[in-house]
Order: sequence, then C-alpha cells, then structure tokens
Amino acid sequence: MRVVVCVKHVPDIQQPRSLRADGLLARGGDDDTLNELDEDALEAGLRTAEAAGFPGEGHDVTVLTVGPAAAVEAVRRGVAMGASGAVHVRDDAVAGSDALTTARVLAAAVAKLHAEAPVDVLVAGMAALDGLTSLVPAALAELLDWPQLTLADRITVADGVVSVRRETSTDVEELTAAAPAVVSVTDQAFRARFPGFKGIMAARKHPVTTWSLADLGLDPGTVGLQASTTRVVHAAERPDRPDRVLVTGDAETVPALVDYLSQKGFA
Amino acid sequence: MSEQQNSGRPGAAVAVLVDHLDGAVRPTALELLTLARGLDRQVHAVWVGSEGGAEAPAAELAAHGAHVVHEVEVAGADARLTASVVDALQAVLTAVGDVGLLLVPSTFEGREVAARLAVRTGAGVVTGASGVAVEDGRWTARKTVLAGGWDTACALTGPLAVVALASHAVQAVAQEAAAPSLVRHTAQASAAARAVTVVSRTRRPTSERPPLAEAEVVVVGGRGVEGDFSGVEELADVLGGAVGATRVATDEGWIGHEAQVGQTGVTISPRLYIGVGVSGAVHHKGGMAASATVVAVNNDPDAPVFEFADYGIVGDLTEVLPALTAELRRRRG
Ligand SMILES: Cc1cc2nc3c(=O)[nH]c(=O)nc-3n(C[C@H](O)[C@H](O)[C@H](O)COP(=O)(O)OP(=O)(O)OC[C@H]3O[C@@H](n4cnc5c(N)ncnc54)[C@H](O)[C@@H]3O)c2cc1C
Ligand SMILES: Nc1ncnc2c1ncn2[C@@H]1O[C@H](COP(=O)(O)O)[C@@H](O)[C@H]1O
Repeated sequence: MRVVVCVKHVPDIQQPRSLRADGLLARGGDDDTLNELDEDALEAGLRTAEAAGFPGEGHDVTVLTVGPAAAVEAVRRGVAMGASGAVHVRDDAVAGSDALTTARVLAAAVAKLHAEAPVDVLVAGMAALDGLTSLVPAALAELLDWPQLTLADRITVADGVVSVRRETSTDVEELTAAAPAVVSVTDQAFRARFPGFKGIMAARKHPVTTWSLADLGLDPGTVGLQASTTRVVHAAERPDRPDRVLVTGDAETVPALVDYLSQKGFA
Repeated sequence: MSEQQNSGRPGAAVAVLVDHLDGAVRPTALELLTLARGLDRQVHAVWVGSEGGAEAPAAELAAHGAHVVHEVEVAGADARLTASVVDALQAVLTAVGDVGLLLVPSTFEGREVAARLAVRTGAGVVTGASGVAVEDGRWTARKTVLAGGWDTACALTGPLAVVALASHAVQAVAQEAAAPSLVRHTAQASAAARAVTVVSRTRRPTSERPPLAEAEVVVVGGRGVEGDFSGVEELADVLGGAVGATRVATDEGWIGHEAQVGQTGVTISPRLYIGVGVSGAVHHKGGMAASATVVAVNNDPDAPVFEFADYGIVGDLTEVLPALTAELRRRRG
C-alpha cells in the first residue's frame, strides 16, 4: 500500500503571530513547527499503511510538504514518526500562494508521486492552524479527481476500497470509494505516537527529495501571490476589547453582572 | 480568460447556498440572505434537495431577501455530498449567468463546497468572513484572523467571489416581500459525486437547545466544572442559549464531542459567550474570539481568558454560577 501524507510547517500558535505590511503571515521564525493537526494525519496514514503490512516490502508512507526551506523540518518530523519517504516542494515562486493555489502545487506533486508508483490513500489534516481554512483537502480531491472522504475518524482499506466513518454537524456517516482517495482526519481519533530518540536521529540523516516547480511541470506564473485569487488589502492588529471589567467576587457580585447583561439586552 | 473576467467584477447577481435540515431553513441561511439583500443586486437562493422541498420555505427565503429560489435536484448521487452540492451550484450559476458573489455558510461542509467550486470556476474563496462589500470595484471580505488577534480585509479577484460567512455576521431580518419565483433544475451528478457511496447516515440525537453554531447565547464549561455540567446547562436554559465545552471537557467524556468549541471544534460567534472554568487557551480562543460579548468566570486571576473577556469575575464557579442563574430567574419573575 502507498500512502501520502500532506503536512504543513506553520508558526507556533502559542507564540505571538503577526501579519506583515503586505498582509502575508510572518513565517520563518525559530518557533515555526509542524501543524499539530498534521500529526493526526501522519498517525492516520501510518496506521492505515501498517494495517496492510507497512513497513514491509511493497509498502510506503511518503510525507509531502509545500513550503519554504525551513518546512523540511515538518517532513523530518513525519519521518521520525515512521514515514519511509519524504518530499519537499520548494520554490521561491510559491511564496504568497493562498490555500487554493497551494493545493494546485500539492496536487501536481501527488500526481507525480502517483505516476512513479500508484498511491492508494492521500491523507491531510483537518486544517492548518495558520490560515484555518480547511479548503485544501476538498480542493485536492477536485484537482486530482479522486473521491473526497474528508473529516474521517476511522479509515479502513480493503480490496481497493477506502471506507471512512465521519461525523458531520448533524449525522454520523459511513462513506466508501475506490482507491485512490483523498482523506482528511479530525483531531479526535488518531492520537499521534511520539517519535523515539532513534527515529529522531534517523530522520536527520534521511534523504528528502526536493522538487521545484519545474520538476512538477508547473509554470511559475500559475502560482504564488500573483496567481492567487485572494489578496489581503488591509491588516491591523485588533485593539483590546474596550471598557473591560474585571471583578473579584462571589455570589455578592452577581447582581452587577446581571445589570451588565441586561444593559446588553440579555436579561 | 478575458481581462474583464479576471478582474473580480461584482456582477449583477448574488447567489446564496441555503443550508437546510429536515425541510427547515437553518437560521444562518437567513443571515446570509439578509446580508445579500443589502448588496443591491438580484438575490438567488439555491436549495439543493429533492423536488418540492423548496416550496414551503420559499416565502421565508423571500422575506429575508431572495428574489428567485432555485430548487436543484441532483440526479445520480447523494445530494448531500460536497461534489453534488457543487454540481447543483454550477447548474444555477450557468443558468443565471451573471453571479459575481456566492455566499455559503462557513461550516466545514460550506467550506468544502467553496473549495471544489473554486477549483472548477477559478473563483477566489474567503472563509470565516464577518462581512463582504464592494470596495474599489472588487468584492472584499472582512475577517478576523490569528485567534482573534488581527482584523483583515481580503479582496477577491477571479471570475467569481465565494465568501463563507461566519454565523451572526449579521442579524436575520424578515421584511414584507413579493412572492419569489421558484425555478426548478436537475443537475447531473459529476463523476466526483458518483464516486462516493453513502453506506449509512444516522442522525445524531439532537438537544432541545439551539444548535451551538447558531445560538445567540453560548455557555461554555471547561475543566473547572469538574465533570458536572448541570450548572452550565441551567444557565444556558435561562438565557435560551446553547451549551458548549472545551476540549478538555469533551475528552474527559463529560459531554459529547459535538459540544467542543474551538479551532478544531465548532467555531462560534454568538452575541454572548459565557465561559465558566475555562482558561482561554489559544486553541479555544480561536473558535470563539469573534463573539460580541465575552463573560468569564474563573478562580485564577491570571487565566488568559481575562485578557479578552469583556466582563470577568475572579471567583469560584460553584458559587457564582448558581447565583447568576438564580438572579436571572428572579429578575424575570
Ligand atoms: C491540536 C489541538 C487542538 C485543540 N483544539 C481545541 C478546541 O477546538 N477547543 C478547545 O477548547 N481546546 C482545544 N485544544 C485544547 C486546548 O489547548 C486547551 O487544553 C483547552 O482549551 C483547555 O480547556 P479548559 O479551559 O477547560 O482547561 P484548563 O486549561 O485546565 O482550564 C481550566 C480552568 O478552570 C479554572 N477553574 C478550576 N476550578 C475552578 C472553579 N472551581 N471555579 C472557577 N474556575 C475554576 C482554572 O483556573 C483554569 O483556568 C486543542 C489542543 C490541541 C493540541
Ligand atoms: N503547504 C502545505 N503543504 C502540505 N500540506 C498542506 C499545505 N497546506 C495545507 N496542507 C494540508 O491540508 C490540510 C488542511 O489545510 P488548510 O486547508 O490550509 O486548512 C493540512 O492539515 C495539511 O494536511
């Protein structure tokens, strides 16, 4: 079985984050890290392949990222967790791409991997914690023309059929489709393994394939800020909420809160 | 692609994807229509479902701004699959011709529809928007990003602008309106839609309370409630609100996962958010920072939630919560 897992390197959300004057997210800080939700994607990808016999002969889990030089750390983390292959698409022309433009680059890379050796399942996280769009997995399904099985909390593959269980806002669904399929996973069911010391050391030396846009046959004019159909035209740090009230209290202070709520029309 | 097509032209018409459940229009759809009505263009409501389904709700859609209601049946695939909804929208976009803006709800389902449609049409997409208007001749969406830290405006270029709107971006307002015209379409399911089989679909039990994403008031319990949500539920009920939870509370199994508020749970933007025993971690904040008024009860004065609460009480929730519920009840008489 061949599984490809998409991972993104993002600014650490626990640290102060900011937008640059041009409206793009400031990236490349020392605290940038693997998108936490992609650890779940890696775990899901590894478990799916393991159920078929990975890491045995004929099985592969490849970690794929599109991003600047530092993003290689995200794929190394995937290798440390147990992935067997690592691909980093890196090209200055990609900078400033929005989610949909990024998806086009990812799709081209997946298509190249698929042409080398057929992919059964493409796994993504439920969202990248920088932009929080959750657009990329569905866009990948459309671009690759592979079935979309998103927001899964259970994945099984048997006889070339991929099955998932997923929860929508109202229902629990079981969906199936023929492989290859695009699966994204929620953060509920695939608690990520912690890479051991050996894995981390081995990942440092593990070869990472680097592809440019030219390697993917993509014209630089079709990616990046220029080609994106969204552009931030204004960005300002949000001022603190005005007139904030903080009281130390117990039951005695409650009437004042109720006065406040009734002023706002709630009581 | 012609220059004009690629300029993000505002277009003569706005389309709205109507979210509905069991034949009833969901409240967020009425908000989307109310917003669309204010944009001074022909408003097309798109109802994807089986034939006849849009007949009863058509008047309500019109009262909130729809001039035309399109009822689209998808032949050959499950109508609720993302790809099917996209097939239906494409049929309407083609029939109407000059749609410059499509509004969808910023739910996971709505965003996935936006993604696929954008790939097919070259549209730009902004998710989680709090508003949209024409600025400098282009559709421009407002959006708060980085866990509530930054306000942005994002211009959409491309032949179509797709904006996924957060709930409560506007308040739904009904007005007297002429009967809408109802247009029926049948869309042939694409190969993408037909490729997925729905083996089973089971409705989760629903609560009597309003759905989290749509409620005007949400009371959230965190680790501080120590497994007992009854106080949170009582307060929510006095306020007619929904009950939410932090991930700690859902992971502990104190309440179902569907109650999780935050970046990986439900994103909410109610008029009033009350957090009790919630620390205000960034993962949580990212899913509620757009709430209009934030009230927090926490016994730790250094809890991060007090950095963004409009009204904070440093106190023990076991005292404050019942007192608050009782005082609200008393004043209502
Ligand atoms: C990838 C990822 C995604 C995540 N997504 C989400 C998400 O979507 N939503 C989410 O909520 N979390 C999410 N989390 C978890 C998040 O990081 C926090 O751990 C969580 O929000 C904290 O929940 P809490 O506030 O209930 O608990 P805590 O942080 O433990 O806070 C409990 C608070 O209760 C107070 N307290 C205790 N006893 C009392 C009392 N008697 N009276 C008053 N106050 C009291 C304490 O002072 C404390 O501040 C995510 C984490 C990760 C890694
Ligand atoms: N630049 C990228 N490189 C690799 N994977 C990505 C990238 N951007 C997004 N993804 C994948 O798509 C998922 C959803 O991201 P998004 O749609 O940006 O919220 C992530 O969890 C990743 O699995």
